[in-house]
Amino acid sequence: MYTAEFTYKKAGSISEAISLLQQHPDAKLLAGGHSLIPTMKLRLASPPALIDISKVAELRGVRLEGDHLVIGAMTTYHELETSDLLKQHCPIIPQAVHLIGDPMVRAKGTIGGSLAHADPAADLPASMLALDAKIKVQGPGGARVIAADNFFTGMFSTAMQEGEILTEVHVPVRAGARMAYAKFPHPASRYAVVGVAVVADGGSVRAAVTGAGEHAMRLSKLEQALAGKPLTAENITAACQGLLPPDHLNHDLVASKEYRAHLVDVMARRALMQAAGL
Amino acid sequence: MADKLFGKAMKRVEDPRFITGTGNYTDDMTLPGMVHAAMVRSPYAHARIKKIDVSKARSYPGVLAVITGQEMKDAGINGIPTGWLHPGIKTPPHYAITFDKARHVGDIVAAVIAETRQIAEDAAELVEVDYEPLPAVALGSDALKPGAPAVHDDVPDNVCFTWSIGDKAAVDAAFASAHKTVKLNLRNNRLVPNAMEPRASLAQYLKASDEYTLWTTSQNPHIHRLLIAAFIMGIPEHKLRVIAPDVGGGFGSKIYQYPEEIIVLYAAKKLNRPVKWTARRSESFVTDSHGRDHETVAEMAVDQSGKITAVRVDTIANMGAYLTTFAPAVPTYLYGCLLAGTYTTPHIYCHVTAPFTHTTPVDAYRGAGRPEATYLLERLVDVMAHELGMDPVEFRRKNLIPPDAFPYQTPVALQYDSGNYEANLDKALELVNYKALRQQQEEWRKQGRYMGIGVITFIEACGLAPSALVGSLGAQAGQWESALVRVMPTGKVEVFTGTHSHGQGHETAFAQVVADELQIPVEDVVLVHGDTGRMPYGWGSYGSRSAPTGLSAIVLATRKIIDKAKKIAAHLLEASPDDIVHEDGKFMVKGVPDKAKTFFDIALMAHLAHNYPADLEPGLEATHFYDPKNFVFPFGTHIAVVEVDPDTGKVKLLRYLSVDDCGPVINPLIADGQVHGGVAQGLGQALLEEAVYDKEGQILSGNFLEYTLPRADDMVQIEHDHTVTPCPHNPLGIKGIGEAGTIASTAAVANAVMDALRPFGIVHLDMPYTPEKVWRAIQATKPLSQAAD
Ligand SMILES: Cc1cc2nc3c(=O)[nH]c(=O)nc-3n(C[C@H](O)[C@H](O)[C@H](O)COP(=O)(O)OP(=O)(O)OC[C@H]3O[C@@H](n4cnc5c(N)ncnc54)[C@H](O)[C@@H]3O)c2cc1C
Repeated sequence: MYTAEFTYKKAGSISEAISLLQQHPDAKLLAGGHSLIPTMKLRLASPPALIDISKVAELRGVRLEGDHLVIGAMTTYHELETSDLLKQHCPIIPQAVHLIGDPMVRAKGTIGGSLAHADPAADLPASMLALDAKIKVQGPGGARVIAADNFFTGMFSTAMQEGEILTEVHVPVRAGARMAYAKFPHPASRYAVVGVAVVADGGSVRAAVTGAGEHAMRLSKLEQALAGKPLTAENITAACQGLLPPDHLNHDLVASKEYRAHLVDVMARRALMQAAGL
Repeated sequence: MADKLFGKAMKRVEDPRFITGTGNYTDDMTLPGMVHAAMVRSPYAHARIKKIDVSKARSYPGVLAVITGQEMKDAGINGIPTGWLHPGIKTPPHYAITFDKARHVGDIVAAVIAETRQIAEDAAELVEVDYEPLPAVALGSDALKPGAPAVHDDVPDNVCFTWSIGDKAAVDAAFASAHKTVKLNLRNNRLVPNAMEPRASLAQYLKASDEYTLWTTSQNPHIHRLLIAAFIMGIPEHKLRVIAPDVGGGFGSKIYQYPEEIIVLYAAKKLNRPVKWTARRSESFVTDSHGRDHETVAEMAVDQSGKITAVRVDTIANMGAYLTTFAPAVPTYLYGCLLAGTYTTPHIYCHVTAPFTHTTPVDAYRGAGRPEATYLLERLVDVMAHELGMDPVEFRRKNLIPPDAFPYQTPVALQYDSGNYEANLDKALELVNYKALRQQQEEWRKQGRYMGIGVITFIEACGLAPSALVGSLGAQAGQWESALVRVMPTGKVEVFTGTHSHGQGHETAFAQVVADELQIPVEDVVLVHGDTGRMPYGWGSYGSRSAPTGLSAIVLATRKIIDKAKKIAAHLLEASPDDIVHEDGKFMVKGVPDKAKTFFDIALMAHLAHNYPADLEPGLEATHFYDPKNFVFPFGTHIAVVEVDPDTGKVKLLRYLSVDDCGPVINPLIADGQVHGGVAQGLGQALLEEAVYDKEGQILSGNFLEYTLPRADDMVQIEHDHTVTPCPHNPLGIKGIGEAGTIASTAAVANAVMDALRPFGIVHLDMPYTPEKVWRAIQATKPLSQAAD
């Protein structure tokens, strides 16, 4: 009973959700509600209407389509964590998801909600960047696909437009790729103070960090340093030094800019060591 | 008769209702016609209230009243007094709703009463307060600086009181002639209590009889009734009933008389409707009295032989913006008097300055003063041992009060009645295998792994008593306890206690003892607590007093029942009362087991009084008021083992072992549970928790996203054992266990972390040992082992 009053609508399909969004100006989509509802209780947001898409069947589930996995936006963390397809083809997602919140959060929270919310400390964005995922959105004007690299544009902001719905995440399947996520959790909130995802495929490494800056970002210095090099302990340790200059990093009660920059190096090293099986 | 229940790990009778969500908490209650209160709170730490415009809020549909401080003052409602006075203490008024200035973030400036909580909260946002923000001060030492903004106009230097104990001249002389001295500047971090159930109050006024009932989250309903009746509202004491139903944790924070309780009582009469208020968690963070917050200079002196000769302490204890009920007692008698710890230190001096600041009030929080004392003393001991090149355990052993020295008079007022510290220490060392741990530590250090071992011994003084003594020290309350044991015609027993259970399991443990005493099934006993309308009187639960004081009263009342039952049995069995024995659940003639009456027979006849001694009153109930002769002095040894990750600075608890001595243990399941929770809370202070204020007096860690409470994965399985040294002056020899874990574990974990960091040459860091703090400290040095290679 803490939120301001709002109208509740439940959508049965993507197209219904799109038209409900058009009918209700300033409405918000409701997915797992684990970011949205707390902000409403604190009255940081008071949307006049919520459009619940959490039960839309076409937005749920994980499937393999040719050379990539398709993850419905309303697939819950719990479903991701326990998905055999993901465990087999993309283990970094279950691994990262397991570190999100607690079982209650994972029972309700969704991949689409997390990516659309674009919390700078959310876990999944780092893996999306490291996996070179594509994010499919759909609006009144049709569907489009945005590369993860271009999706996160700022603190709580994305390349999605007013009226668009995040519908699917496409993750390329790379046989033999080694991947891992290392997280330094905030001691209180357990969000990522710093979380580094790495995907090593042949001689190339894609790496990304969340929690460090305004939004998740690639660690290009690290990627370059390891390009074409075997993942040995020496190479990894040498590469994970001063990956990000502190100046533009986040700072809060738990971590100053300098400490965050240091944690990026440590978490990158740990993720790489784990991916390399060292 | 079944085996004795004393010592049995019975499951708690309260748990089925708590874990199935069928407890009855204040917020669960709904009364016909009930309306809701929402508070308008100051967003500023310090501001002049120039004008309050309530018109928008008042005209919002569903709003019944908007109450201001001026209105309540004009209606003759007084400020909230403190319950403990020192000579010269300044007690500026603490009005439920402030009207001149806001003195901390969360200070109430108006209250909105409305038909629903939603409307009340919506309308609270419409109250327009014209604030003139003023400079604020949050840190105690800053408040004492010349020119610091005054919290109260009539206390321009912000000094609420100063206090000292001990022989300063003797201490100074001991320091002058010391072999070695050590000195630490330490900060005891401010904590937010965070009981699981937020505070809530529901007031009802009955016009016909001019009677009030207040349901509230309280550890001590009689104290509330007394303060409200005699000091704040002038309600005749017999016209006010205070009920503390199920209460979900207190840790001290629900001892105090809070403004919201006064506001709902006032509003209930004004509107002639029941009024309820329940705190939001964000309100709890800024209004439940905080704990700790000391800035201290602590020194220790030793002689050639390694004996501690003196301890000198100078503390600034932040009181916050107002004095809550027991605030003045905490950094004084519950702190300075504890500085002997378990040691024979002959000379101790402690000086305390208590300033007001623009922060949430600070009062007793689990352990209250004793964790602060234990922390500084045990830090000093470890630093001194290191300075002397001695193993910290051996240094402690050398200084422990020997078992034949009891009763032991400390130089800081307390007289310890009993103790056997070295045996307790040895048991803990053996259980943890201290030697092997130290070897492992050596090996790990060679591998660049940083393990730390913290061993501490501690005593706590709890069950404050006797009343005359605490009165002479400034308490405005008695510290005895009452019990009423009422036997019904069917032999079932109601036990009324003035203590209150809000997580301690009294309904189980006390019933076990009563069942033993009366030799009846435990299912036949029910404990009633938390209602001024039902029990004789009582001072509530805090300071680990419920078992030593409250249960002692109950035991003595049951013994009166047994004496009377013997007289009734003697009459029925045509024997002399002296020949009646109470055995196997029966009252029988000594040596003639078939001449016996059951407890039920006696209970029934006491009520029928048909065949009954002529000179005996009918009925079977007894009241006892018990004023203990002394405090009780639980003690123990706690050992923490941690590992520090030098890459991130993160501290991980590896092991935790405690050997507590709370005398004979009534219910080991409950006692262990108290230790477990207490240890987690103390670890929280050492590693995780801190109420951080900025210079403007804003709390930066005022929610669970920032304020770190310990969680399951911060803990390990606690290894726990007991030694048993009975208290010599109460009927069961029992001592408190509610606070021991918290009093000990902060110091044990702190010493463990500092021990882990010893290879880096780090001598002291202030708590909490957050990763960045530890990492920075390591960065500022170079590990000796790495420097060597
Ligand atoms: C106690 C707790 C702990 C947490 N810990 C972590 C953690 O460790 N790591 C972490 O990453 N996160 C954590 N979270 C956040 C959690 O992951 C959220 O669930 C997630 O951020 C949002 O997902 P949701 O499905 O709940 O979305 P909602 O809260 O329902 O929605 C979030 C936002 O996204 C919008 N939105 C939702 N779905 C769509 C869509 N399909 N298209 C467009 N917009 C959409 C909504 O309108 C809203 O603005 C925690 C949350 C809680 C409550």
